[in-house]
Amino acid sequence: MEYERKFKIGKPILEVNNISLSFGGVKAITDTSFNVLEHEVRAIIGPNGAGKSSMLNCINGIYKPQQGTVSFKGKQIPDITPNIMAQMGLSRTFQNLALFKRMSVLDNILVGRKLHTKTNFLEVALQLPKVKKEEKLNRDRSEEIISFLEIEDIKDTPVGKLPYGLQKKVELGRALATDSSIILLDEPMAGMNVEEKRDMCRFILKVNDELGTTMVLIEHDMGVVMDISDRVVVLDYGKVIGDGTPDEIMANQKVIDAYLGVAH
Amino acid sequence: MKPVFMTYTKKDLINLAVCMVLSVLIIPTFITTEYWYTSILIPWLCLALATIGQQVVMGYTGQLALGAAGFMAAGAFAMFNLILRVPDLGFVGSLIVSGLIAAAFGILFGLPSLKVRGIYLMVATLASQFFIIWMIDKFGWFKNYDSSGIITAQDIVILGKPLTTPLAMYFVCLAVTTVLTLLAMNMARGSTGRNWMAVRDMDIAAESMGVSLLRTKVQAFAISAFYCGVAGALFAFCYLKSLEPVAFDIKLSFKILFMCILGGLGTINGAFIGAAFILLFPVLLNSVGNNVFHGAIDATIISSIEQVIFGLLMIIFMIYEPLGMAKLWENLKQSIRLKLFSSGTKSVKSSAQKSE
Repeated sequence: MEYERKFKIGKPILEVNNISLSFGGVKAITDTSFNVLEHEVRAIIGPNGAGKSSMLNCINGIYKPQQGTVSFKGKQIPDITPNIMAQMGLSRTFQNLALFKRMSVLDNILVGRKLHTKTNFLEVALQLPKVKKEEKLNRDRSEEIISFLEIEDIKDTPVGKLPYGLQKKVELGRALATDSSIILLDEPMAGMNVEEKRDMCRFILKVNDELGTTMVLIEHDMGVVMDISDRVVVLDYGKVIGDGTPDEIMANQKVIDAYLGVAH
Repeated sequence: MKPVFMTYTKKDLINLAVCMVLSVLIIPTFITTEYWYTSILIPWLCLALATIGQQVVMGYTGQLALGAAGFMAAGAFAMFNLILRVPDLGFVGSLIVSGLIAAAFGILFGLPSLKVRGIYLMVATLASQFFIIWMIDKFGWFKNYDSSGIITAQDIVILGKPLTTPLAMYFVCLAVTTVLTLLAMNMARGSTGRNWMAVRDMDIAAESMGVSLLRTKVQAFAISAFYCGVAGALFAFCYLKSLEPVAFDIKLSFKILFMCILGGLGTINGAFIGAAFILLFPVLLNSVGNNVFHGAIDATIISSIEQVIFGLLMIIFMIYEPLGMAKLWENLKQSIRLKLFSSGTKSVKSSAQKSE
């Protein structure tokens, strides 16, 4: 079933060139390159320990790779930090949930609006009119996201009290609130049941479709990956062993070997 | 609940009105003994203000800091020197500048928070406590070369009139505390407070959302030290009426830490509840000792018992109610509300129980 995309897949927005990362003697990623095109849904798959999360952490600046470069929006970023990447329009979620546990759902999502908040603490303390205006705009946008994710009824609950699946949703919401052009999702559907997964897929595709947000996701559920992604890159032992459309990946002998094992 | 005025809900405005009526009208009308003002209310307001400072850095930003009394000393001695050397500033001006000077120290001693955390940061921030006191003792200039060790604080002069009565002092403290509390609440509930709490709950995620750890932590330390500095100035000028570095020793820092934890981490009203408890509890113990046991228990034993009970309470709160007395107060109000307004639903409930 082909449909007309509002945002046509464009030029590369994110390029990872020859990244190598090791922790002491353990090589997590070896000389890995791939790119992400604007407005596409890109999946990173691979067996456990293949270096997928490390890859995202390199892109986002949490890990500093020993070699290689990351280019974002056509610019090579010399000294990547999570903060710089956030300011350039890259947001992410985390594998093991990194929510602000004691804050409410709404407040968590409001933190995502940080880069759209220009007023300083003095202005906030004095509650100047421009603070109120800005706060209202941010709250309206956050409420929009909350109703988009269908979590209106829990918006005042501290996130620490929510079940896992809902927390994953809130984390997606927080990433969405940044209005970033690209969102990295680290196992957005881990530990979810079939229905929750279906919901999550729907949200990811809807965001991609309506806002044109580029999505990079790590996922283990092959059905989901093959269903929703435009292109897939396969990592194994920190190396790229396959890169292409889902159909190409499914036909790739190396990928099949990596997943099913090879008889020696 | 929708805010009706700025970030405040209707409930907040009612609370504020009740507090104001209590503190401005009822207390001055019904409490006439000087003792209550000079020994309870004035130190309570000053220490509550310092506890708000501790809350900002510890309760909201999650940085274990122990050195509030050091910043208070900085504020107090800054105030003394400003009134002495720059009399044109006036009382309010000096108070603000004293706060700013303390804030500068806050920034300096907050810098370790970028590299160390938890208990190690606590040890690092202890430096502020010892350094500031040492500095004041070491360089005579800060004490205007006074050799006696205890300097009498200057009179508070507002609009040309010296304020000396305890009631006037109380109103000065009340006014400053009210304004700064409201400002703190605005920050805590606004985007500033959200950044603090984001850093507290998950710093790496906060950074990935564009919250600068450097800026947020240093800002929290500066604001915290500002509050402590102003509180220290008021503490010296309205309560102690004298300036001596010994008054701002580490015991006071611990006291403020206890007030913060017992009151409830990450709450503004908890600062007031915690300060009231820690101040009033020894008074209560003493009067129990005097009136129930008729002085049969030695005063030193009573003060030791006090320490034991504080310690026990800290442990109990840490385990059973980390949100402190502010949360207990909230629960109490909730249950009273339920009792008062659920009389109609009670019959339904009991009939439901019967059907079970």
